[in-house]
Amino acid sequence: MGSRASTLLREEEIEEIKKETGFSHSQITRLYSRFTSLDKGENGTLSREDFQRIPELAINPLGDRIINAFFPEGEDQVNFRGFMRTLAHFRPVEDNEKNKNPTNSEPLNSRTNKLLFAFRLYDLDRDDKISRDELLQVLRMMVGVNISDEQLGSIADRTIQEADTNGDNSISFNEFIKVLEKVDVEQKMSIRFLH
Amino acid sequence: MEDVWAGALWALRVWLYLIVGLIMIPAMFGFSLGISETYMNILVKTLEWATLKIQRVNTVERTRNASASNSLIQRGNGSMEKELGELRRSRPKPPVGGDFTFSDCFYFTRKGIESIVEDEVTQRFTSEELVSWNLLTRTNDFQYISLKLTLVYGLGIFVRYCILAPLRITLALIGLSWLVIGTSAVGFLPNSSVKSWLSEWVHVMCYRICARGLSATIHYHNRENIPKKGGICVANHTSPIDVVILCNDACYAMVGQIHGGLMGVLQRAMVRSCPHVWFERAEMKDRHLVTKRLTDHVNDKTKLPILIFPEGTCVNNTSVMMFKKGSFEIGATIYPVAIKYDPKFGDAFWNSSKYSMVSYLLRMMTSWALVCNVWYLPAMHQQVGEDAVQFANRVKSAIAHQGGLLDLQWDGGLKRAKVKETFKEQQQKEYSSMVVGDDSNSD
Repeated sequence: MGSRASTLLREEEIEEIKKETGFSHSQITRLYSRFTSLDKGENGTLSREDFQRIPELAINPLGDRIINAFFPEGEDQVNFRGFMRTLAHFRPVEDNEKNKNPTNSEPLNSRTNKLLFAFRLYDLDRDDKISRDELLQVLRMMVGVNISDEQLGSIADRTIQEADTNGDNSISFNEFIKVLEKVDVEQKMSIRFLH
Repeated sequence: MEDVWAGALWALRVWLYLIVGLIMIPAMFGFSLGISETYMNILVKTLEWATLKIQRVNTVERTRNASASNSLIQRGNGSMEKELGELRRSRPKPPVGGDFTFSDCFYFTRKGIESIVEDEVTQRFTSEELVSWNLLTRTNDFQYISLKLTLVYGLGIFVRYCILAPLRITLALIGLSWLVIGTSAVGFLPNSSVKSWLSEWVHVMCYRICARGLSATIHYHNRENIPKKGGICVANHTSPIDVVILCNDACYAMVGQIHGGLMGVLQRAMVRSCPHVWFERAEMKDRHLVTKRLTDHVNDKTKLPILIFPEGTCVNNTSVMMFKKGSFEIGATIYPVAIKYDPKFGDAFWNSSKYSMVSYLLRMMTSWALVCNVWYLPAMHQQVGEDAVQFANRVKSAIAHQGGLLDLQWDGGLKRAKVKETFKEQQQKEYSSMVVGDDSNSD
């Protein structure tokens, strides 16, 4: 099926995606074949339902938030290009990419972009701030019914307090970066792509 | 004009004589003239040659061959506890308020993205990707490599569609009608040992003819463990052909729902000569009735072993999925069997949501051949203190291990149904206990 996919994907498109995402030619064609097998409507785009059909994703407590990250605001379809752009956040950072000509715009898999992806999982209303309420909602998704409102509330309060430096009771992206500065984001937000 | 007709008739007669003489008679008595062995030898040589050719031209292909696995990513397989522990290493555990950090979401995110790129379930219901091209356009597309290879490919199409396919279709038709006629005829005999002996002979003979109709080359291993009367034979399930494969070597009582159409005719004929366990659609829903009839059958030591595919759905032969516990509740001796097809010669997986039964069979008959290994495993019994689910899992692991298949916990029913909410709740529960600790769970 791998080579069947390549016949439907034009060489120029592959080149463009390669440039934008840093994936290799064979990775792109193989991810395209994955994309088409997920695309049950066979219309060249994926819907939220297409993602939800993956059982492992459906049981992921943050599954809905991860799926949401593939869809630009207000849209409910994602094409292959957009699919690849989101996946590219999870390419490992290679040594030769770290300080490649700084004039270029930042690669999708940079530390900052990986963190931005995580930040947006919490930022439900996309206002570039994580409020206490948003944090509570995401926490609830992660823990289900197993922790009381009260206890969850105190976890949220403590987490906000720890990270909030300007006292507005919410977390900005800069505060988010600061609080995670010691975490090995490059490794923990990367997937080992082979080939 | 008459000459043409006479010629055609003559050709047809020779064709039939050849089939009867070279294939039917050997099939009836279970010996071989070595024709299919020769064919297989030529085939193996050709495919080896083609692989070599492709590799020489295509260096990319060669690097892909070099890595043993065919997967796109290497999945992290650490437990939630271990992975989250690593994420939290950089910060001390807070004294109050539960253990949560923003980076906890990294774990779920990575798991989620990995499952989008590659997952354990949906990929089991599509054809397996081959590492090298087998000169069939189904699993990989046609690729121009060299003139020679293209010619061989063209020759292959001719042989498969113009010689093998008509031959195989004729054989399958003969085999199936023989089965209906033979079993119906045997059904008129009074119950006796002669009847069951004849019935077994007719069954095996018909399945042998059908197997030749698929050019099946089957290697049976450990035949000393062959399922015995009064037991249940459980096997992994790839396609309806599994039945033909297993019945080539022994007779089984089949369990299933009465179908309409061609299948129904076959089922009704077969049950006349030998006690298969067929259920009406409505009866299938009544679990007690099903269990009772199976128990009755197993307890009658004169009856053939029951053949069951506890996965309940066809999986693409790379893995074994959850076994339904029903057949393990009866307490009968279980005879596990592992079936592994060689995908190089043709893809045996029946993607039932994509192809109908007939078009699937036609695809099989226009493939190169059906090569498979069957392993009979030693009989297994439920152990003391083991419930049906645990027993089912133990049998499944044994089959997976023997067949070189991946042992999965997932329910094959996910092919059509959505995953149960309880699995997500399990994940949430596990995570919660990492946040507040096991003992302080407060609801």
